[in-house]
Amino acid sequence: MADYNTFLAQIYEVLKPFAKHGLILNEDCELVTELGLTSLQVMELIEHIEDHFDISVPLNILPDIRTIQDLAQQLENLSPDA
Amino acid sequence: MSLFDKFQPIIDIRADLAALGVMPFGAVTEKILSPTEAVVDGHKVILAGTNNYLGLTFDPECIAAAKQALDEMGTGTTGSRMANGTFIGHVQLEQELAEFFARQHAIVFSTGYAATMGMGSTLAGRGDIIVLDADSHASIYDGVRLGGAEVIRFRHNDPTDLEKRLRRLGDRIDKTLIIVEGIYSMVGDQARLAEIAEVKRKYGGMLLVDEAHSLGMLGAHGRGVAEAAGVEKDVDFIVGTFSKSLGAIGGYCVSDHPQLEAIRFAIRSYIFTASPSPSTIASTRVALRLMQERPELRQRLWDNAQRLYDGLKDLGLQVSPQVSPVVAVTIKDRNQAIAAWTHLLHHGAYVNLVMPPASPTNDSLLRCSVSAAHSTEQIDRIIAAFAALPAANTG
Repeated sequence: MADYNTFLAQIYEVLKPFAKHGLILNEDCELVTELGLTSLQVMELIEHIEDHFDISVPLNILPDIRTIQDLAQQLENLSPDA
Repeated sequence: MSLFDKFQPIIDIRADLAALGVMPFGAVTEKILSPTEAVVDGHKVILAGTNNYLGLTFDPECIAAAKQALDEMGTGTTGSRMANGTFIGHVQLEQELAEFFARQHAIVFSTGYAATMGMGSTLAGRGDIIVLDADSHASIYDGVRLGGAEVIRFRHNDPTDLEKRLRRLGDRIDKTLIIVEGIYSMVGDQARLAEIAEVKRKYGGMLLVDEAHSLGMLGAHGRGVAEAAGVEKDVDFIVGTFSKSLGAIGGYCVSDHPQLEAIRFAIRSYIFTASPSPSTIASTRVALRLMQERPELRQRLWDNAQRLYDGLKDLGLQVSPQVSPVVAVTIKDRNQAIAAWTHLLHHGAYVNLVMPPASPTNDSLLRCSVSAAHSTEQIDRIIAAFAALPAANTG
């Protein structure tokens, strides 16, 4: 099962198109306020990750996710091997 | 910083609309002329944005029954179903709903929202799992959030994605409730319920279907998508509303599970609110009977739906994926959608304006709904109003 860094790498991969105007993605990037993701785009990001890792991400964790780091951390916490 | 900061996006939209001189959200119906005509914000219009699918709001029998109940039972029950608010009419309506759906048990709620939200929040709690369609109605999302279950969404109307979600649950499937709708309210597409039921049969779990927009429209008896798809046995709970095809207000849940009678006393939206007024129950009971006695209403509704769908499609507008009593026209740009809505109102057609986040995508919708009470000529006038839209308004 994937660990924090594996999730992080995949999040960076999916978010590449959002790193506009010379912005370099890092763990502290905020998904909505900084990268400008709409709520629909956040859900699309989650769906990409779910498909890639064959997992289901409960909606319950979303209120705790602000940054890329938050997301990777929450995904690792979901992992049975975490 | 203040409590009000989070409302700034709504304040901004209201200011934008005020600057344009329109207020589509909360347009005032000043006079109702018939089930299909009214004066809205000073304009005489054909109502093409209600949920009065069978056109029963002015049926003389429904009105007479409501008047009689007012005279005999008063204006309100002034209490909860669990206390003083269960009148004989509530019990009779529950029996009639159970008979209509060929189910053992039924609960009557004060609104459709209370029914859906109440069942969603009560059936699955902490330690349980909800798997719901991504485009589920707000009442479903509100309910499952309140209940505290783990909530997993699957891609809209995608049984393959649902199957993946159920497979991943493993043994936890036994504590899982799947929630879908019959007809989805925004664009009117029907659930792929035969395939969804097949996935449920393969993996397990319980299935709740919200037939709010499909009661009286589909199936040999008008019981909805579950009946039309031949999978009623696979559906554990059906919820719905009296405020659309039955022309009143209220909600229900029906089931064959005997536990429903105990669950009733755990549903907070059933316990901690006043029960429906006797007049509401009386008109609903008559409407439920008329819906069964007059299958021609259903045919008329679908004829009107087909005519409006074809007419708008022929104009080159981007319409819903399938014919339905809800016909939604997609307008990509929000301001164009607002201008188009206003133009339609001024040209005699009231429709619903739907903007993100209420719409399922980033696009806006001009949501039309038809009624069995619309005449062919009225449907053609709705189409003509769309035809008169300036090209700049339809994106």
